[in-house]
Amino acid sequence: ALGAEGAPRSGGGAAGWGLRSGAGAAPENEYDLLVIGGGSGGLACAKEAAQFGRKVAVMDYVEPSPQGTSWGLGGTCVNVGCIPKKLMHQAALLGSALKDAQHYGWNISQPVHHTWSVMAQGVQNYVKSLNWGHRVQLQEKKVKYFNIKGSFSDPHTVCGLTKAGKETVVTADNIVIATGGRPKYPMDVAGALEYGITSDDLFWLKESPGKTLVVGASYVSLECAGFLTGIGLDTTVMMRSVPLRGFDQQMASLVTEHMESYGTKFLKRCFPTKVEKLKSNRLQVTWKNADLDTEETDSFDTVMWAVGRAPDTKTLNLETVGVKTNSETGKIIVDASEATSVPHIYAVGDITEGRPELTPTAIAAGKLLAQRLFGQSSELMDYDNVPTTVFAPLEYGCVGLSEEAAVQRYGSDNIEVYHAFYKPLEFTVAERDATQCYMKMVCLREREQRILGLHFIGPNAGEVIQGFALGIKCGATYPQMMKTVGIHPTCAEEVTKLHITKRSGLDATVTGC
Amino acid sequence: EIQQYFLKEAAKYEKKVMVLDFVTPTPQGSSWGLGGTCVNVGCIPKKLMHQAALLGQALQDSRKFGWQFTEEVKHNWMTMTESVQNYIGSLNWGYRVALRDNKVTYENAYGEFVGPHTIKATNKKGIEKLYTAERFIIATGERPRYLGIPGDKEYCLSSDDLFSLPYCPGKTLVVGASYVALECAGFLAGLGLDVTVMVRSILLRGFDQDMANRIGEYMKEHGVNFIREFVPIKVEQVEEGTPGILKVTAKSTAGDQMIEGEYNTVLLAIGRDPCTRKIGLDKVGVNINEKTGKIPVNDEEQTNVSYIYAVGDILQDKLELTPVAIQAGRLLVRRLYAGATTKCDYVNVPTTVFTPLEYGACGYSEETAVEKFGEENIEVYHSHFWPLEWTVPSRDNNKCYAKIICNIQDNERVIGFHVLGPNAGEVTQGFAAAIKCGLTKEQLDNTVGIHPVCAEVCIQSHLKAHGILG
Repeated sequence: ALGAEGAPRSGGGAAGWGLRSGAGAAPENEYDLLVIGGGSGGLACAKEAAQFGRKVAVMDYVEPSPQGTSWGLGGTCVNVGCIPKKLMHQAALLGSALKDAQHYGWNISQPVHHTWSVMAQGVQNYVKSLNWGHRVQLQEKKVKYFNIKGSFSDPHTVCGLTKAGKETVVTADNIVIATGGRPKYPMDVAGALEYGITSDDLFWLKESPGKTLVVGASYVSLECAGFLTGIGLDTTVMMRSVPLRGFDQQMASLVTEHMESYGTKFLKRCFPTKVEKLKSNRLQVTWKNADLDTEETDSFDTVMWAVGRAPDTKTLNLETVGVKTNSETGKIIVDASEATSVPHIYAVGDITEGRPELTPTAIAAGKLLAQRLFGQSSELMDYDNVPTTVFAPLEYGCVGLSEEAAVQRYGSDNIEVYHAFYKPLEFTVAERDATQCYMKMVCLREREQRILGLHFIGPNAGEVIQGFALGIKCGATYPQMMKTVGIHPTCAEEVTKLHITKRSGLDATVTGC
Repeated sequence: EIQQYFLKEAAKYEKKVMVLDFVTPTPQGSSWGLGGTCVNVGCIPKKLMHQAALLGQALQDSRKFGWQFTEEVKHNWMTMTESVQNYIGSLNWGYRVALRDNKVTYENAYGEFVGPHTIKATNKKGIEKLYTAERFIIATGERPRYLGIPGDKEYCLSSDDLFSLPYCPGKTLVVGASYVALECAGFLAGLGLDVTVMVRSILLRGFDQDMANRIGEYMKEHGVNFIREFVPIKVEQVEEGTPGILKVTAKSTAGDQMIEGEYNTVLLAIGRDPCTRKIGLDKVGVNINEKTGKIPVNDEEQTNVSYIYAVGDILQDKLELTPVAIQAGRLLVRRLYAGATTKCDYVNVPTTVFTPLEYGACGYSEETAVEKFGEENIEVYHSHFWPLEWTVPSRDNNKCYAKIICNIQDNERVIGFHVLGPNAGEVTQGFAAAIKCGLTKEQLDNTVGIHPVCAEVCIQSHLKAHGILG
């Protein structure tokens, strides 16, 4: 655990572990636990703590986006992340399904048109039902909910103003910061703030964004550009350099290659310099093309920034209480037990340095933290081999090391990469192009051939990868994978049949049915 | 198909290999090319027609996601069947080419043993040839069983006929409760046809019965009619046609009650019989189970005659699945010709039933787990879930279900996995691999989920232990 800062309160347990026996909140603190941030990590932690009969409070507040968008309880995932993203991705997939359906005998006249407002209403209504569901759950578990923007006044005191302007002060023995992040705006592009939107706004638009430019190479950028293309909108992605930095780059290329054949336009090695509003209300974007060393312009109805997310710590007053943050990223530094540099102050989720920015890790970390604080557990969160999926038009699921990371860590002579290009059965009758349907398994070459990483591009990638992630957690080896009989006919079975190595140079296309 | 794999293997080791394949036409006259059941009248066309039905559902969902079309969309059977048959044709062709490329001699002829190491091959024209070989592998698979009642062979179809039927089957009665029966009934209903399933007793015998009943309930709620505890006793033709009209008379298994019904098509799916009775096995002394026709083999797929082996659906006490057959065949050839020793691992073989609500399973059913380990020694974790994609179109929110069975005495080892929901096969495959690696409940709990997908529910720690079979 990091060294303690400031005078520890009486009755506190050891910094970093927070094991306490019996007793409720110290007399001067109102709550056992205060969670700042009602998102995936925060709510999971709060609800788990409440199960132990503790007095828990949650503070959640959404600062409206520059465009004025706001939302209810539940955090990024529920409101402006995973949930609306996957639903709009589904809308796009259904567009492809409509085309496939004709090949399968359904008499539907093409082309079929998409109405944004119908989709948006369906998605937004569902999200609102989740906000409501979270409110009800907190109530049922007797967790006090404050819709206020809190900031620290001392290590056990957080205060803030309600929307109505009333000042509220909350004291707690333990405080968990789970305020997540918000989309970044580019600082060097004139007009970026006034005229551009981000993912915070996209999912709440009432009307179609129309011809859209998505700036960025993150999964947020590609996923959004992907579904916008899929519902029939003229969509362009502008990338300064490589797509999906940090992900396996061969897989990242396959993702963008597919998107190109799918209809998304790409402006590669370009970066915007200014955004201006035209009389027609359209936006004129000027950008530099680094390869050609030229300046180009085009007009769009919508410009969406997806250039990264910044931790939401500005208004917390962390300096006052001495919670240390990473000077480069601004994220809160935590140890293996989610403890910050201040005793009794913890952090989980996207706000924490060095952790995956994923809902399931935040939830798991939040739950385990509550169990350690109040449930006599000593179990730490295991951040190794966390699977994830990029919900691009052709989905990419992965767990473990990328090929580059494996090569870097072990040396290319010590790893074996098994790979295959395959064709989903459902693509055959639909006459769909399966060029980018591909999978690879990165293994150690030594006798046991432990699996270091698994990468899969294809339909339902998340469903495919989940079970294999379990296998990797069990230390799965290549021979064990080969002993597993496949389920036929599926895409996933091809994982158990991988046998062509990259090293052999042989054609990796799967033949047969 | 199995033959393809192991024959290509054998040819790899520069052995002189021949394959005999022959399809005796069905009573209705249906026949097909090289590749076996899976390719022609099983897994492949089944999954494609299942996909056609799923796309019908997708059409309905798409409106709620903003896709605009006002007309009621109808399905054209011929368009679908032609596409499916074209794809199968390409597979038949692919196998012919692969055999040729691997220098495997192929004869489209019916093979039967006539003496030690000697086989007689009779082609379509009746021309006979004799061949001798050092070793033989029997992989003749099975064909659908008939009821043995008046009108069955004359008027009824089986899965052998359905996938190439040159006209829409119309109002259909499916007789049987096997996965073949339920999968076919499921997609026929999904394509808009009036479907009834006549079941003698239970659904999906041998599968976890709680899951089987959930599948049935879902199908019922989605428009499939079920007639339970009846068996047909005669089928008569009311009107000729494509399709015509058939009258089915059925008797209750629980009493004397008789019912009648009229259908365009009657599809029999009451089981499959091995093709082992007429291939001269008696001439070479290969034992078969007289009752079932299946061939008993040792754990190296060897029959009681040392130079004769068998793989696939004809094996006694083995699973009737394509991947199992392929695996067994491949490993057999490696043992015979490449000095390998690995035997086929038949334990924890996963499978999926492609009913309208798909069911993926690996390991023990709840009943067999209780029987083998004792109720007090197993723990069951379960959860209903609502796929995110079903929320906006307001589809069933309490039908999808996952269940994990653990052996308390063995470190809470996961011994059974069951999931009912979309893409069940894709979900189950990875879990099967994990089970092969000895997955325990603790490892399950320590694995992070992928969000938002259906599979993550299978590992979420809010699964609650419940009273066993309660």
